[in-house]
Amino acid sequence: MCLGVPGKVIDVFDEEGLRMGTVDFGGITRKACLEYAPEVEIGTYVVIHVGFAISVVDEEEAKRSYALLAEMGNLEGLDLPQDPGGVRG
Amino acid sequence: MTAETPREFVLSCPVPLPPGETVLLGHGSGGKLTAQLIRELFVPLFAGDVGGSELARLGDSAVVEVNGTRLAFTTDSYVVSPLFFPGSNIGELSVFGTVNDLAMMGAKPLFLSVALIVEEGLPMEHLGAVVASMADACKRAGVTMVTGDTKVVERGSADGVFVTTSGLGVVPDGVEVGPERARPGDAILVSGPVGSHGVAVMSRRAGIEFETELVSDTAPLTGLVEAMLAAGDVRCLRDATRGGLASVLNELAEASGVSMAAVEADVPVLPPVRAACEMLGLDPLYVANEGVCVAIVAAEDADAVLGAARAHPLGASAALVGEVGDGPPKVTLKTGLGATRPLIMLAGDQLPRIC
Amino acid sequence: MRFVDEYRNGRIARGLLAEIASTVTKPWTLMEVCGGQTHTLIRAGIDQLLPEEIELVHGPGCPVCVTPLALIDEAVAIAKRQEAILCSFGDMLRVPGSSEDLLMARAAGGDVRVVYSPLDALEIARRNPDKTVVFFAVGFETTAPANAMAVKQAKQLGISNFAMLVAHVLVPPAIMAILVSPGNRVQGFLAPGHVCAVQGWREYEPIAREFGVPLVVTGFEPVDLLEGILMAVRQLEGGRAEVENQYVRAVGREGNATAQAVVAEVFETCDRAWRGIGVIKKSGLRLREAYRAHDAELRFASADGVPASESEVCIAGRVLVGRAKPDECPAYGTLCTPEQPLGAPMVSSEGACAAYFLAGRTRREVGV
Repeated sequence: MCLGVPGKVIDVFDEEGLRMGTVDFGGITRKACLEYAPEVEIGTYVVIHVGFAISVVDEEEAKRSYALLAEMGNLEGLDLPQDPGGVRG
Repeated sequence: MTAETPREFVLSCPVPLPPGETVLLGHGSGGKLTAQLIRELFVPLFAGDVGGSELARLGDSAVVEVNGTRLAFTTDSYVVSPLFFPGSNIGELSVFGTVNDLAMMGAKPLFLSVALIVEEGLPMEHLGAVVASMADACKRAGVTMVTGDTKVVERGSADGVFVTTSGLGVVPDGVEVGPERARPGDAILVSGPVGSHGVAVMSRRAGIEFETELVSDTAPLTGLVEAMLAAGDVRCLRDATRGGLASVLNELAEASGVSMAAVEADVPVLPPVRAACEMLGLDPLYVANEGVCVAIVAAEDADAVLGAARAHPLGASAALVGEVGDGPPKVTLKTGLGATRPLIMLAGDQLPRIC
Repeated sequence: MRFVDEYRNGRIARGLLAEIASTVTKPWTLMEVCGGQTHTLIRAGIDQLLPEEIELVHGPGCPVCVTPLALIDEAVAIAKRQEAILCSFGDMLRVPGSSEDLLMARAAGGDVRVVYSPLDALEIARRNPDKTVVFFAVGFETTAPANAMAVKQAKQLGISNFAMLVAHVLVPPAIMAILVSPGNRVQGFLAPGHVCAVQGWREYEPIAREFGVPLVVTGFEPVDLLEGILMAVRQLEGGRAEVENQYVRAVGREGNATAQAVVAEVFETCDRAWRGIGVIKKSGLRLREAYRAHDAELRFASADGVPASESEVCIAGRVLVGRAKPDECPAYGTLCTPEQPLGAPMVSSEGACAAYFLAGRTRREVGV
């Protein structure tokens, strides 16, 4: 069960003494427990696993490292079929 | 002996079945196991050895000729759980599902029958709501419910209600649509975004509830199909219900003896459906739809048919997703990385009791 | 989906593939630990697109696959009891036990419910005070915090009818077991990204040092995996053996301290049998004394002690440690399919055999 999906916290509330949030996964929302991400606020991205935020997404790091990755996509001599825009993996 | 001796019932079947085998949930999923059951048990018994018999054709409806008129005839049972799900319910589904099976053979749907198997204890209100939905759906689909039957079974023997509808329609002269008609070079078209129905149903099942609007796409496709047929040579049509787009492509490839190559990135999926599939570990290509059909179109008419689909409210997101190639039958999928992999027919279903 | 879609970018992926190809000069064997990573690799066909020199072998990171057979049998036995409701993650339902799986137990009248989160199981316990609700707690370090919180809540709120059947396993001991096994060919690892999101990567540093293998903490999307492979290959080509982090957007060296603290409060390490592999010392978690009132194994002492028995044909144990590939198994795709699996890896969403099957890989004849 490594299935961890990133989503944006859009609401924070308490339930049975636990800090909970409503997380938006790009069109669908579900509630999740935020006890393990005490610093999150509305607008923060978190990784949700079995209904719990296990990690906060480091947006700065993501941006920095992605910029380097994007360079990879510009290498010359690549045999690129028309870019379909996305890999489903 | 003068009186006829009652014949003893002997469980013997002319068709060899593996001993000790039991029916699995997968046999009803619309995938490989269902296909196997149909091929090995039903077709031999009902269609005999006659090749080309209508049953063996395995179209969405049977097309039979009576006094010079071609009638399309189909039946379907609906065991979806829960009965009421976001965007629709078993009643509406049972009408539109059967109407669509008629439309997939190019027929104009006309008449429906309904058989209800109701579980003792079902609140009358629920039954009322289901039937009211059916009546409304008939009006919207332009069909008339002309006959029906009701049975009630003991508590626990059915899940609320099971609905079976049969439908009758007329195939106009000149319309030739069938699963065996795909040819190398034809274009593969999908009429709308996939995965919505299955995910909407799953979102209501206990334990996996989402809080947002994931709505079933249940809809009558008659008008959309008419528009497409008028725009060009549509050779095959199939609605992508159980087993989803991937299963339909496999079925059509098999029936026509051709290969199919689909491009994953070209298949439309609504963002919330994608997100839900990510979370549930589902592949949208295998998830049931109730308002989407796959069309195999002659290459030269592909753009025209696509245009006609997009001009219709139910086809606004229609897309060309691949091409038909030479046999032997198989389906492949091109991923964004440029890798091509087989898009297999699943034996069972990722989602049981989806329609 | 943000932080997902960008890591599926085809251009970047192909660029990484090209870079890997131009970096590699010798054959290398890498293991991706997590089943989720295996799935992405196979679905996207990455293993077929990588240069020939790089062989990927698949690791034991499928918690459903490594859950001991005896515990599956126990879950089945509990499910059949009138007074119990067995709650479990979805893909546990069709994992074969010695003779039955949980789905069959449900068909036989057992109350078996799929839940997405252990908190859902807790809620079921709250709503059914006259039943004992048992949650089948499988998982790696990623899931332990969630399960720990559920038990902690149960104790705090006095929900005494909530119990857990604990089957937790830990990654580092498994990696070490693989590295010390005779004939090990694995030279570098893609470490599991979400396990490390919780644990950090401190525990992998001694492994890198002691065994001289690079470990790259890697995510789960195609671009993540390719970047992780590139980082591992660069280390191998450069003669380095360090822990590096590819999954920077979700993982830090120290991990999630709050989560680790709650896990330490509720669980302690113990020896654990890994299905198909055998007992690995100190590789599991069990409830601490203070929480044993919620231990399902204590509440439901196993009835008949029927010895657990595996299919003789299933080679899951070898697949899970990278010694065999699913398509080399004689039963692959014939006797063993997701519909009728002989072993767990064919039925789990993170199992290597299922990954191969669903991607349409056919049975391969193995040369000796």
